[in-house]
Amino acid sequence: MSEPRPQRVRVTGPPRRTRPRASATDPDDDTALGGVYLASLLREQRRLAARVVAVLLVLVASLPAVFHLAPGLADVEVGGVSLPWALLGVAVYPLLVGLGWSYLRRAERHERDYTDLVRERRG
Amino acid sequence: MDVLPGVVGVVLVTVATLAIGTWRQRFSRTTSDFFVASRSVRPGLNASAIGGEYLSGASFLGVAGLLLVFGADMLWYPVGFTAGYLLLLVLVAAPLRRSGAYTLPDFAEARFGSRTVRAVCSVLVVAVGWLYLLPQFEGAGITLAASVGAPRWVGPVVVGAVVLVGVGSGGMRSITFVQAFQYWLKLTALLVPLAVLLVVWVGDGAPAPASAPDTAAWSLPIASGGGPGLYATYSLIVATFLGTMGLPHVVVRFYTNPDGGAARRTTLAVLVLLGVFYLLPPAYAFLGRVYGEGLAAAGRADVLVLELPRVVLPGLAGELLTALVTAGAFAAFLSTSSGLAVAVAGVLGQDVVGRSRLLRGREGDGLSGIGAFRVGAVLAVVVPLAVSLLTPDVGVARSVGLAFAMAASTFCPLLVLGIWWRGLTAAGAVAGLVVGGCGCGAAIGATLLTGTRGGWTGALLEQPAAWSVPLAVLVMVGVSLLTADRVPPHARRFLARLHTPESARP
Repeated sequence: MSEPRPQRVRVTGPPRRTRPRASATDPDDDTALGGVYLASLLREQRRLAARVVAVLLVLVASLPAVFHLAPGLADVEVGGVSLPWALLGVAVYPLLVGLGWSYLRRAERHERDYTDLVRERRG
Repeated sequence: MDVLPGVVGVVLVTVATLAIGTWRQRFSRTTSDFFVASRSVRPGLNASAIGGEYLSGASFLGVAGLLLVFGADMLWYPVGFTAGYLLLLVLVAAPLRRSGAYTLPDFAEARFGSRTVRAVCSVLVVAVGWLYLLPQFEGAGITLAASVGAPRWVGPVVVGAVVLVGVGSGGMRSITFVQAFQYWLKLTALLVPLAVLLVVWVGDGAPAPASAPDTAAWSLPIASGGGPGLYATYSLIVATFLGTMGLPHVVVRFYTNPDGGAARRTTLAVLVLLGVFYLLPPAYAFLGRVYGEGLAAAGRADVLVLELPRVVLPGLAGELLTALVTAGAFAAFLSTSSGLAVAVAGVLGQDVVGRSRLLRGREGDGLSGIGAFRVGAVLAVVVPLAVSLLTPDVGVARSVGLAFAMAASTFCPLLVLGIWWRGLTAAGAVAGLVVGGCGCGAAIGATLLTGTRGGWTGALLEQPAAWSVPLAVLVMVGVSLLTADRVPPHARRFLARLHTPESARP
């Protein structure tokens, strides 16, 4: 919260009647090399997103199936609370925040690497 | 029942909401302020605002009551509401912000260069927004009826009027501060009574819950009924995990971030705020099992959070705590309704009112945009308000579920495919939106009209998300592949813009 307050700008929204045109200010995938960099950034981000979704599926979305197949697990007690309540009432939230945090760090690192590459190429 | 503390609580929340809204109004001058707070809202403030807006009456009151009655399978509601934000962070947050669009229809038009997709999206935004506003108004009526004994129409009318004044006068900028205030109010209003009740519980010797005959079902996180129950649970997971990113009032908030990176950090902060908040309803459900079995038996579980302080602590202390919870619940209805009204008013103002020659001012006049927004706000609030007054019992939980399922079946595939897959065409998008929206809408419509039925038919109709979302995705991908020669020519460049960090822009 210590960062300076961003300058307030007046924006007018995207043009509605015209399609976005190619212009010199667009991201520079105009050259073959720029296109390669960008494609690799996109691939890395897509892979990262898929990994997070996969972890979410395995650790959280699998639980109904697990408890359906082994209903006896619901009687296990963790600290005086039954296992499903401990998992879905408490433990799941740190997990979700942790997943989000690790995603944020990696996504920003991919973008920093890309920015460094692009700047290097521009000189 | 002493009504005075409750009335004072509601009046204080209303006055504070209006005061913050109008105090901030002097900063709200341009059309951009109205729609997106000039995109200068910082992540911390923005995350509180998103949390305040997102935690509706369903979360504040409904979840604890559902947990008390049905047990662990209802934990999927708060888990899904939170996990939805993780998926939003991972799949859409930064690219959506970088698309530079105001609303979902703006995004659709920019991505596909098609007015048809835009029009379909506008209709869907208004539909989802109105569906979600309905239970807010109904819930406000129930709350005021339970806590201060007011007639059922008072709650909806008060909420509608306050929202209209706040939204109409200050737009998104004033609403941002109001929402941020309301997150912390809601957290306090649940946390303080809970702390007191826990102290009382420990003082009573920490009694265990009165053992109900269905303890096994209460601790199993799957809906009862074997196969259909498992399906219904997974359908709820699909709807809440994927529906969040398609809710219009959630998505519109991302345009108020300064850039894509800030949008990501805001979303992570929201995850933290939601995680903290959703620890509380299960605790209420647990105390409800100890002290409030009578409430569940009397079918009044939906007011568990409001009544529990009175039940545990008879006398003034209990009344004061109930007043605090009532104020929090009212804040929940106000904030979610405000956010939805802003989102729906933005779309109505731009696409319906702004188009009509009668209401449009001079070209290029900034006021015509604000004027259109205000007319849109009136439409956004009055229509669902009238419906909720005319049809008192649509069913609060079911409407909220329908809004999530509808958003998951339409906007989720549109956003995810539109952001990550260049091959999505306008024809594919429209086909998927129509199939997903109609499929989901028809299933729930059939349930509402003909009532619930058991078995597979009932599960498939009541919880359509698990089939309607994959169906929408398949149609979008299939039709796009069939019309592959009509991939928008600028799609490559548009995707590049969505994924290029601001720091790498020339």
